[in-house]
Amino acid sequence: MSTLEVTRNNPTTTLREITFSQAVREALAEEMRRDSSVFIIGEDVAEAGTPFKVLLGLLDEFGPERVIDAPISEPGFTGIGVGAAMTGMRPVVDIMFGDFLALVMDQIANQAAKIHYMSGGRLKAPIVFRTTLGATRRAAAQHSQSLQAWPSHIPGLKVVLPSTPYDAKGLLKTAIRDDNPVVFIEDKLMHQSKGLVPEGEYTLPFGVADIKRSGSDITLVATSSMVQVALAAAEQLAALEISAEVIDPRTTFPLDKQTLIESAKKTGRAIVLDEGYERYGVTAELASVIAEGAFYYLDAPVKRMGAMDVPVPFSPVLEDLTVASPDQVTQMAKMLCGRV
Amino acid sequence: MNRITPPKPTPKIADSSEETRYSRIDVEQWLHIYEQMLKIRFFEDTVNELYKTARMPGLAHLYSGEEAVAVGVCEALKPDDYITSTHRGHGHCLAKGAKVDRMFAELLGKEAGYCRGKGGSMHIADPDTGNLGANAIVAGGGGIATGAALSSKMRQSGQVAVCFFGEGALGQGVLYEVMNMAALWKLPILYVCENNLYTEYTFYREVTAGELKDRPAAFGILAEEVDGQDVRCVYTTAMRLVERARRGEGPAFLICNTYRYHGHHVGDINRGYYRAKEEEELWHDQHDPIQMLAGWLSAARGVQVSMLASIENQVRGEIEAGVNFAISAPFPDPSEVSQDVYA
Repeated sequence: MSTLEVTRNNPTTTLREITFSQAVREALAEEMRRDSSVFIIGEDVAEAGTPFKVLLGLLDEFGPERVIDAPISEPGFTGIGVGAAMTGMRPVVDIMFGDFLALVMDQIANQAAKIHYMSGGRLKAPIVFRTTLGATRRAAAQHSQSLQAWPSHIPGLKVVLPSTPYDAKGLLKTAIRDDNPVVFIEDKLMHQSKGLVPEGEYTLPFGVADIKRSGSDITLVATSSMVQVALAAAEQLAALEISAEVIDPRTTFPLDKQTLIESAKKTGRAIVLDEGYERYGVTAELASVIAEGAFYYLDAPVKRMGAMDVPVPFSPVLEDLTVASPDQVTQMAKMLCGRV
Repeated sequence: MNRITPPKPTPKIADSSEETRYSRIDVEQWLHIYEQMLKIRFFEDTVNELYKTARMPGLAHLYSGEEAVAVGVCEALKPDDYITSTHRGHGHCLAKGAKVDRMFAELLGKEAGYCRGKGGSMHIADPDTGNLGANAIVAGGGGIATGAALSSKMRQSGQVAVCFFGEGALGQGVLYEVMNMAALWKLPILYVCENNLYTEYTFYREVTAGELKDRPAAFGILAEEVDGQDVRCVYTTAMRLVERARRGEGPAFLICNTYRYHGHHVGDINRGYYRAKEEEELWHDQHDPIQMLAGWLSAARGVQVSMLASIENQVRGEIEAGVNFAISAPFPDPSEVSQDVYA
C-alpha cells in the first residue's frame, strides 16, 4: 500500500518506518503470542534466524519447542508441517529458497492442497509455507527462481506476494489465520527495504488488489519485486506525460480480477509484470483476465513482461538481462501509448 | 537382473511365554479381532465382485491376506489415536473403526461416502476414528503421520500416530527424512511396514538392498519383526510399542511379514510373470491369518465352531446390508464438484 494509503487507512495510529524483515517478524511474533498452535519449522530458523536473518529474536521469546530447527530435509519437515496442521496446529514452514519448492511440491500440491477436498471437507490443513523469490542476487540458477506460477496453478492453495512491509505484515497475519494452505513468497532483495507500518495489530484481506499509484493512460499490473520496477517506470512515464496506474494484486489466488479489469477499462492499455518465467506464467494468467474482462475497452494488446525464459545465469551482465527493468517497462508503455 | 525366489511362509511357533501372554487376553477381545478380520476379508471379496460386475468406478487395491496387520495394530490403539493409510487402505480404515456402509458408498462415488464420493478407494479419511487419510502417493502418509505425532507431543494430548505403509515405500526418501526427525524428537509414532513381498509387480528383493530392519536401525529407532499372519503376535507387539511411544520413549518400526492374496489391484489377474500360483496357494492354504486365529481359538481357547460361524453370519449380514445401502445411495449433486476446494 502506498504511504498515503497507509496513513489514510490508519489515521489515528502512529506510523513507524521498519524493514520488510521486521514486518514479517512482527507478524509471526504477534500471531505466536495470540495463538499457541502457531509454530515455525525449517532449516536454521532458530539461533540463525534463517540466512536472511528474518526470524532473529523469535527463538528467545518462543523457545526451541516453537521455533524448530529441522535437518536439511525439505520434503520431510514440510510433510510434518502438513500432518501437524491436520491435527490442530498452525505451522509456518520455512522453505529457504523458492527453488526448493521443487523438492516439496508433493507435500504442498498432492497432500496439503487436496486433503480438504479429498476428505469431503472433513480434514483441513491450516499451514503457511514461507518462501522466497527473485533473481539479481548473483545466486545463479538454483537459488534465484520466482516460481509463484506453480502453487498458483493448484486448486486448494492460496498464494501471497507481498511487495511492501505494510502488506507483508498484514497479509502474513491473515495467512496464519487462514484455514487453508497458503504459500507466502517474499522477495529476497526486499528484506532490508523500509516502509511505513502502523503500530499495533492489523490484518489485510486476501483477494484485494492494491492500487500503488493512480493513473489514467496505462495500467501496470505488477507483483512482488516488480512493483518497485513498475513504480519507477511510472515515474519515468510521468515525465513524458504518460499517466500510469500501478496495481499490485498481492495474492494470485484468490485474485482480485475486478480491480485489474476496471483499471484496464479506464486506461485502455495494460502491461503485466511478474518475475516468474514469462511462458505459461503468472503474467499469462493476469493478461488473459484483462484481455477477457476489458476486451472492448482496450486500445492495444495486453503485454506480458516476465523473466526471460532461461535458467537464471550467474554472470551479472547476463543475469540482469533476464529481469524487466524500469527502462524496458517505460519503453513498452510508450510503444503501447503510440509514443515511439 | 537376477530373479530371486520369494520365501515360503515360515510360521513361527509361539513359545510358551508368548502363549501365556496370549492367554491372558480375554477371549472376547480375540473374538472381536476375529470379527474385524472377517469384516475386512468379506469387504474386499465384495469389492472384487463389484469390480468384476462393472458396478464400481475405477480400481481398488485389495487388502485380503493382510488383515492381521491392520487389525492387530489398530486394536492396540485408542479411538483418538491417529493412523495414515495407503492405496491398499480399506483394511486400515475398517480396523480403525470405519463403517462398511459408508466405506462402500465412498468406493461407489456416492454422497453418503466418507468423503462425499470425492476421495474414492485410495483417499478414505475419517477424522472421527483418527484416520488422517489413505494416500495414493507411496509413503505419502509418512510426513502426515509424523506431523500428527509432533502435534500430539506439542499439544501433550497423549495420542500416538501409526503410519502404515508397504515395503515398497522404503524406496521413498521422504520416509527416511521423517524417521530421522521422529527419532531426534522422540515422537510418539509407530511405523508399520507391511512386507507383502511385492512392490506392485516386482518381488521386493529385486529392488531393495540390505535388510529392511537395518534401515530404521540406522536412526536408532527400535525395530521389530513379526509374522504378520499371526494376529496374536501383531497385536501384543503393537500394544507394547504403542504404549512405549505413549510413554514418550520414542518411535518404533514394526515389520509385519505378510502376503497379498490378490494382484496389485483388482485388474491384475494374470500374475504368472511375477509370482507362481503355487506360492499364492501356499500362503492362502497354509498361512491364512483368519484360519490361524480360528484354529487357535478352537484348540487353545475352547471356542465352539458354532460361535465362530455365528460371527461369520453376522459379518456377512453387515457386509450385505452395507453394499446394498451403497448401491441404492444417491450420487452427489453436481453442485458438489466445486465445494470444499477451500475450507
